[in-house]
Amino acid sequence: MSNSLRLSPEHKAFLHQVRLSKIRIRLTQLLILVTAFALWEFCADAKIVDPFITSQPSRVLKTIISLYEQGVLFYHIGITCLETVVGFLLGTLLGTLIAIILWWSEFLSKVLEPYLVILNSLPKIALGPVFIVWIGAGPAAIIVMTLAISLIVTVLEVVNGFLAIDQEKIKLVQTFGARKLQILTKVLLPASLPTIINALKINVGLSWVGVIVGEFLVSKAGLGYLIVYGGQVFKLDLVMTSVIILGVAAFVMYQGVVLLEMLLVRRKAH
Amino acid sequence: MKDVVEVHNVGMKYQSLDGEITALTDINFAVRDGEFISIVGPSGCGKSTLLSIISGLLPSTSGSVFLRGEKVSGVSRKIGYMLQKDHLFDWRTIFQNVMLGLEIRKAVTPEVTERAVELLKTYGLYEFRNKYPSQLSGGMRQRVALIRTLMTDPEILLLDEAFAALDYQTRLAVNDDIYAIIKQENKTAILVTHDIAESISMADRVIVLSKRPGTVKKIYDIDLTCTERTPMSSREAPEFRYFFLGIWKELDVHVELA
Ligand SMILES: Nc1ncnc2c1ncn2[C@@H]1O[C@H](COP(=O)(O)OP(=O)(O)O)[C@@H](O)[C@H]1O
Ligand SMILES: [Mg+2]
Repeated sequence: MSNSLRLSPEHKAFLHQVRLSKIRIRLTQLLILVTAFALWEFCADAKIVDPFITSQPSRVLKTIISLYEQGVLFYHIGITCLETVVGFLLGTLLGTLIAIILWWSEFLSKVLEPYLVILNSLPKIALGPVFIVWIGAGPAAIIVMTLAISLIVTVLEVVNGFLAIDQEKIKLVQTFGARKLQILTKVLLPASLPTIINALKINVGLSWVGVIVGEFLVSKAGLGYLIVYGGQVFKLDLVMTSVIILGVAAFVMYQGVVLLEMLLVRRKAH
Repeated sequence: MKDVVEVHNVGMKYQSLDGEITALTDINFAVRDGEFISIVGPSGCGKSTLLSIISGLLPSTSGSVFLRGEKVSGVSRKIGYMLQKDHLFDWRTIFQNVMLGLEIRKAVTPEVTERAVELLKTYGLYEFRNKYPSQLSGGMRQRVALIRTLMTDPEILLLDEAFAALDYQTRLAVNDDIYAIIKQENKTAILVTHDIAESISMADRVIVLSKRPGTVKKIYDIDLTCTERTPMSSREAPEFRYFFLGIWKELDVHVELA
């Protein structure tokens, strides 16, 4: 418990040191980014590398502007982001739901165990063409693809979270007369919130994989489509631009989940 | 005085693929109104099993338990249970933790909320009501756990090694603290412990169980000469060490050599 009014000189010095070290880290991070882009730009300009193959930052910027002027920039970004968000929210929600069902019925959980193991080890991307044939080449197939990738992981993660909860906590609510539904709502779900948020974090990453693979296959719209299209017509500027936008979008979304975590799981903080 | 708890020929056999474990056989005793009973016994002799049976969480395989003459079947509302760890939920504030039992029984009313406030005030926790458990010391947490138990207004408290997780100094203080609260609230209590000194210091009677399968080996009436009985003053009573030695011998503790 620090008294902010009367800090000892030693504590002040310590806080100063911490702040300094933080600034140093941030600056270095920024420096790496700027240097990398500068080097890229310079090498392309000096023809050390072929900008036709590697593209370069100024061309990326031009591509972004031209996409914007054609009015398709936010269309493609929007579609990809929407598919991703829907994919990871659905994956987390359905995964948690299935985990609850498996916890509820020990019989069902035992019966389904080998199937879960098989589905978990199967490369889900292999199912992509199947989904497209069944559902049609569109956003729905892409979302199902992302679901296929993230669902089983979520189920296993959340079930393990449930199993890790101290049995005595469950005994405690039983002594108050709690039945299964109340054990779920009063103990299991709140205790597993950190696990579920963690699944959400993993699913953000997995959903990007699912969405991009889906867009590769469906090839109609979105950043994945731009990448495939750019590759086919040898417009590496378009490919690089899309990859960079993808990186930024994935980063922003992940930070969003981190923020959500801070809002929901801040309880232990003093 | 009337008997609040009657345990009649209770036996418990656990079934597993490896075979059958007889945890308890032929347990018989009764607890009077307002009495404080300690149960000691070697670990694994079935003490927790016995408390679970008394509470109605676990059906016994033979015999029966009566609470105020009513046969136990299913979790009884007359019982308040305290476990070894406080198990306060760290996603709930102190106040929300205290309300847990009534919330589960769907019995939250303005009156009981008022009672929670009163209890928190009486036992010095009111100013912490909006804090989270991680911000409290071990002793205070155990106090919150007791208030959580008292909120459902049980007649009989079952304490299963309720102090075992605390360090020695804290445990002595919490012994006094919880004892005072239990006496003030006029509750009947059954404390399970493997700490002989603790069992004597708190109890009117100590029940010694044999090793598995547990059965009642001996019951001691703890008569101590002290002006005002508290767990701490009990430890200074002249008779204390006789009880201690007697129970020690009864438990027949020895170090097993491999
Ligand atoms: N659910 C259970 N299934 C099988 N055996 C059990 C179960 N619970 C306890 N036991 C066994 O019953 C015996 C008594 O356990 P317990 O009541 O926890 O003892 P204590 O609390 O005295 O240490 C132990 O040998 C334990 O292994
Ligand atoms: Mg035990």
